[in-house]
Amino acid sequence: MSGRTGGPAASAAPGSAAPGDRAGDYEERLQAFTGRELTPLRPGPDPVNLPMIRHWAEAMEDGNPVHLDEAAARATGRPGVVAPASMVQVWTMPGYAATVTAPSRDRAGEVYGELLALLEEGGYTSVVATDSEFEFRRELVPGDRVGVEEVVESVSPEKTTALGAGRFVTTLKTYRDGGGEVVAVQRWRILWFDPARRRTPAPDGGARERAGERAGKPAREPGGTPAGRSGAPRPRPALNRDNAFWFEAAREHRLVIQRCAGCETLRHPPGPCCPRCGSFDWDTVEASGRGHVYSYVVNHHPRHPAFAFPLLVALVELAEGTRLITGLAGVAPEAVEIGMPVVLDWIDPDPDLSLPVFRPAEQEEQ
Amino acid sequence: MTRHDRPGPLSGAAAIAGIGATEFSKDSGRSELRLACEAVLAAVADAGLQPSDVDGLVTFTADTNSEIHVARSTGIGELRFFSRVGYGGGAACGTVQQAAMAVAAGVADVVVCYRAFNERSGVRYGLGQADRPTDTGADGAAYSWMTPFGLSTPAQWVAMFARRYMHEYGATSEDFGRVAVVDRRHAATNPAAWFHGRPITLADHQASRWIAEPLRLLDCCQETDGGQALVVVSAERARDLPHPPAVVRAAAQGSGADQHMMTSYYRPSITGIPELGLVGRELYAQSGLRPDDVGAAVLYDHFTPLVLPQLEELGFCARGEARHFIADGHLELGGRLPCNTHGGQLGEAYLHGMNGIAEAVRLVRGTSVNQPGAPGDVIVTAGTGVPTSGLILGPDA
Repeated sequence: MSGRTGGPAASAAPGSAAPGDRAGDYEERLQAFTGRELTPLRPGPDPVNLPMIRHWAEAMEDGNPVHLDEAAARATGRPGVVAPASMVQVWTMPGYAATVTAPSRDRAGEVYGELLALLEEGGYTSVVATDSEFEFRRELVPGDRVGVEEVVESVSPEKTTALGAGRFVTTLKTYRDGGGEVVAVQRWRILWFDPARRRTPAPDGGARERAGERAGKPAREPGGTPAGRSGAPRPRPALNRDNAFWFEAAREHRLVIQRCAGCETLRHPPGPCCPRCGSFDWDTVEASGRGHVYSYVVNHHPRHPAFAFPLLVALVELAEGTRLITGLAGVAPEAVEIGMPVVLDWIDPDPDLSLPVFRPAEQEEQ
Repeated sequence: MTRHDRPGPLSGAAAIAGIGATEFSKDSGRSELRLACEAVLAAVADAGLQPSDVDGLVTFTADTNSEIHVARSTGIGELRFFSRVGYGGGAACGTVQQAAMAVAAGVADVVVCYRAFNERSGVRYGLGQADRPTDTGADGAAYSWMTPFGLSTPAQWVAMFARRYMHEYGATSEDFGRVAVVDRRHAATNPAAWFHGRPITLADHQASRWIAEPLRLLDCCQETDGGQALVVVSAERARDLPHPPAVVRAAAQGSGADQHMMTSYYRPSITGIPELGLVGRELYAQSGLRPDDVGAAVLYDHFTPLVLPQLEELGFCARGEARHFIADGHLELGGRLPCNTHGGQLGEAYLHGMNGIAEAVRLVRGTSVNQPGAPGDVIVTAGTGVPTSGLILGPDA
């Protein structure tokens, strides 16, 4: 559940541009919302009813008969059918048309509108729901009228997230029936963030655009579409005096192989000393970028958030004779074959990290 | 026991006189140190000894339970010998080698080897290295060639070998699955096994989900909380203790040329396990035995595909032939080489290979729950894909 609020992107973010006093003032104004009632008790448009239960159960593939079958419900000791517990929020929703036509600030209550305006002032113009914890007090039955009221529990300090700098706003929603009895409470947490202040490139093509700019050709994400990535950073290489040169060359989109200055033997992964002649002197050669798949794996589990799954990882033997672990792109897992000729391409998963990736050679020739 | 050559000086010098373990679970509810102490005390009691008799301790570098903590908690007093072996599960038989050498050299009399962890409820190896803090030392930096590309778990590392092995020798997922079926069949009749009473069929294996193709879920060993300990004394002293000695006929370590941790992908061929071949040659040379003399095996089975090249490296069949050797039933109780009679790490527990050594001791004693007659000499291996180790244990001559 994510989207942008109405209105233009806001002015300077307090964390980055505002002087200290103004930033402190902003923080105070935000924190003043803690404990305030955002929305007074607002009744839902319709009572709990069977048609909506039926549609919901069908959409959610909830086959529990206690929601639709009177006899089955009575067999469990209930007086009759009951609504699915997690539908409680549904009964208070204003409906589709109201949601899409009115900017959220306008349809929100007065206090909620103030909070949204303040968040927008801070540059936090985008929103994503992060947590929803329910506590259900009693089951709802057809005819119940459900309303909801919402109170701010906390507004977090600014956090750095993969989506952008943002603030977690936690509210408590209390659901009451027509008699005022609490039927459920919900702790609801959303992240309001500034997409211009991302920690990592956008998951939907930022990396690809940069690769295109730098290499003059499109790079393909290994193992799936770029949109399939979550934007979490990849595991970082641990750089030291023996391996940093390789990753530095990679940032310039150069695939290098360490070469012994004494006997000219190539070696990968690199090391400080030649196992053949014992020389500690070395330089590098730039690989031709051609090779073949020596072996490969298709990873399914566990699913690291930096990658799209299933994830192809290959052991590529370069024309120069050394092998390296690398990504495979532009090919479906079932189409990969050992011995398949591949050519070098590059990806830039985040600003400090570029990595070689290989794709089928035929694509290049076409 | 048939000897073809003169055994080396270590052969027959030491014996395993006691074994002890905790229960094998998914959530021990106890500290790793407590598991270690329970296992050590159980093994010492099994040997008919007192903690105060122990003067040496050996464990894995991967173990969190330092010798001093184990010693002071269990009533072991002074330690004359303590040593650690590295490289994950490759250490298992190496701990017994350390103990046997210490006993043979007279630097210690009673050495306990142990391994204890909450590997399931605590830090799970199966989740991989991707998000673990690393350092820029050579071992930490080695991950730089893998994890940024998404290759970060043991299953994934092994899958790369397995795919190439399939390509070169025509092995299939079913060939790997037969290893799991044998292990689970043996576990099914072992009350100590996690999968006691739960055998699987080859169809179950084929229906299990992909973890890292070509590895399925049922190709992967379980993850376990528990502890296992072994008591090593001189063969002479073992004869005076309650159980028949499991004599250390041979104990070897091996690291191959161009060795890496789980990713020795840069050798001319990656379908064999040269470091295990080295261990095998050492074991046969030390003991004077040949593959035909070995009556049972406990082969390290963190992942089924690497059981196949172990059979080849140890000389039980020719290269690329292990799938036929297995399909012909040779790993079954009535087969040529009954294997992993406790259920292995797939079926009994993942104790980094140490529970397999305990099973080899039971086979020599004649007390395995799946005892295949009198197998004579039993070969045991440790972690594959890493610098590793092996043992041949046999009855007192």
